[in-house]
Amino acid sequence: MAKVTFNTDLCKGCSLCVSACPKHIIQLAKDKINAKGHSPAEITDQQACIGCAFCATMCPDCVITVEK
Amino acid sequence: MSEKVLMKGNEAIAEAAIKAGCRFYFGYPITPQTEIAAYMAKRMPKIGGTFLQAESEVSAINMVYGVAGAGYRVMTSSSSPGVSLKQEGISYIAGADLPALIVNVQRGGPGLGGIQPSQSDYFQATKGGGHGDYKLVVYAPASVQEMADYTIKAFDVADKYRLPVMLLADGTMGQMMEPVELPDAEIKEYDKSWAVRGTQMKREHNIINSLYLNPEELERTNFERFEKYALIEKEECLYEEYMVDDADVVLVAFGIASRISKNAVNEARKQGLKVGLIRPITLWPFPVEPLKKAAEHAKGFISVELSMGQMIEDVRLATECKRPVALCNRTGGMIPSPEQVLESIKKMLSEVK
Amino acid sequence: MKVFSKPQSLTDAPLHYCPGCTHGIIHRLVAEAIDELGIQGKTIGVAPVGCSVMAYNYFAVDMVEAAHGRAPAVATGLKRCMPENIIFTYQGDGDLASIGMAETVHAATRNENITIIFVNNAIYGMTGGQMAPTSLPGQVTQTSPYGRDVKTAGYPIKVSEMLSQLDAPQYIERVAVNNVKNVKNAKKAILKAFKNQVEGKGFSLIEVVSTCPTNWGLTPEKALQWVDEKMIPYYPLGVYKDKDAEGKGE
Repeated sequence: MAKVTFNTDLCKGCSLCVSACPKHIIQLAKDKINAKGHSPAEITDQQACIGCAFCATMCPDCVITVEK
Repeated sequence: MSEKVLMKGNEAIAEAAIKAGCRFYFGYPITPQTEIAAYMAKRMPKIGGTFLQAESEVSAINMVYGVAGAGYRVMTSSSSPGVSLKQEGISYIAGADLPALIVNVQRGGPGLGGIQPSQSDYFQATKGGGHGDYKLVVYAPASVQEMADYTIKAFDVADKYRLPVMLLADGTMGQMMEPVELPDAEIKEYDKSWAVRGTQMKREHNIINSLYLNPEELERTNFERFEKYALIEKEECLYEEYMVDDADVVLVAFGIASRISKNAVNEARKQGLKVGLIRPITLWPFPVEPLKKAAEHAKGFISVELSMGQMIEDVRLATECKRPVALCNRTGGMIPSPEQVLESIKKMLSEVK
Repeated sequence: MKVFSKPQSLTDAPLHYCPGCTHGIIHRLVAEAIDELGIQGKTIGVAPVGCSVMAYNYFAVDMVEAAHGRAPAVATGLKRCMPENIIFTYQGDGDLASIGMAETVHAATRNENITIIFVNNAIYGMTGGQMAPTSLPGQVTQTSPYGRDVKTAGYPIKVSEMLSQLDAPQYIERVAVNNVKNVKNAKKAILKAFKNQVEGKGFSLIEVVSTCPTNWGLTPEKALQWVDEKMIPYYPLGVYKDKDAEGKGE
């Protein structure tokens, strides 16, 4: 099973991972603000992740680690 | 001792640099220093060194910056308009605390000026030259032998204090031929752990840099650099005194002007006039102490220069304006004659009686 | 098993770039190439003046900060005194194609064995969005407020096309990082540009069409679209010169 983790403190909330995800399971947190003051990206359905790493490929800040 | 050979000043600089362990030369053609580049082009490939004719003086000095960052002995040479172009790079080299040698075989200015000898880059060489708070150690050789000797010395001082050093010559010095002895230089090893040669995965990465966005940090690096300059002022100031002890009039001159001045002193002494000469060998640090001391007994000073009067300001500062300081000069590529200097001496003597 | 994590050749320093700026992607691709070739310990990078001026904090290799536009000259010095080391420059469009054009062209024509990563986002980012040598015709910037008028400000410089006219360079390719497919291609090109240097083949320059959401006045996602709609049509992607393919490798 694929697993995606976000180093939330580094996230700038740019959304590039959100639009890159083919399963549409990444969103910007609606109720959280990180140390930088951004709403960080988060995964909504870990089970649905296919581990394609498209999100990490488009992330400019090395926020995302993908494991399979 | 090695035997004497007849060499042009420019060639003596080049060969001395090689003796000092410099294996990297980057330059761009400009009169009257091109012999240095030509000599390096011939010699460097034969000793495993690098000669590269850069696309501009700006590029040449930045190639120097690269090699200096790696901690290897490196030099460039040019003449006045070309040295102006190099100022950006020199400021970065100073700001990143890197050792390097820059040779300026001066010609007349401003602008494109002329190709005849001049000393009108004194301000540029001794007051910083580029932007920001920094200094170069500046050597002003007065013979072909000194061109060689101070080239070797310059590399050592650059490494010792980690700063750019300038050899400030002029067209006459560069073109003149004299017998010169080129002994093998003793090359001291200095710590180069700051250099960028790859981490080899054994240490944190080194960064060669002059950018400090935090003003407190930038101020601190400037303060620290000026502590280093204070030490250099104490340790590295060089000058020659000639018949100064009883002199009523003291000439102050460097490079080619000091040779003319020495002739004038000899002629004046023949005529019974008490005249001496202080010759700064380092223009920065400027020999303040001997001038201050001379001001205790001398009645006046004459700054003999191939410019509109630049070093004269430092002479006034060093003597704290206690005595009159006159200017005896030619400019634009013209050279004062010993007779002109002698006239200045007599004029000064008649005024200070 | 990790299928994706931060490359070792990047430090842990958080990048100072604006949200969604693709500099971060390009930094990562460079670091991945260094990791994959196992050259981290002998690589030296040269940072420019511009947005990526502080790249020296981000690459976990020895770094030099160069004056504006002078990175190829600095890299030349470094390579000439350490031919066994791997030297790369990372430069923006103002740095490389405006003030540093002479250094770039001459490093290319010497086939200097270095790798240049040229980030083209058609604007000066660090100083707040002025017209760049690569700003598109009609592009509104702070210093072309009525749009770049080619009659007075001239046309954008197509660096890859121009340099590929030289006999010397080994490899010149233009890539983009605005979608996953393009990022993967960019990675391949950057890897090849470093590999060429390892193999002593000479000058490799990868022009990476990048974004500047902040100064383009677009969201990061819209900026990626703008690359597709405006940038790539003017700056077509592809290999502009590859001596290997020409059978002229040195």
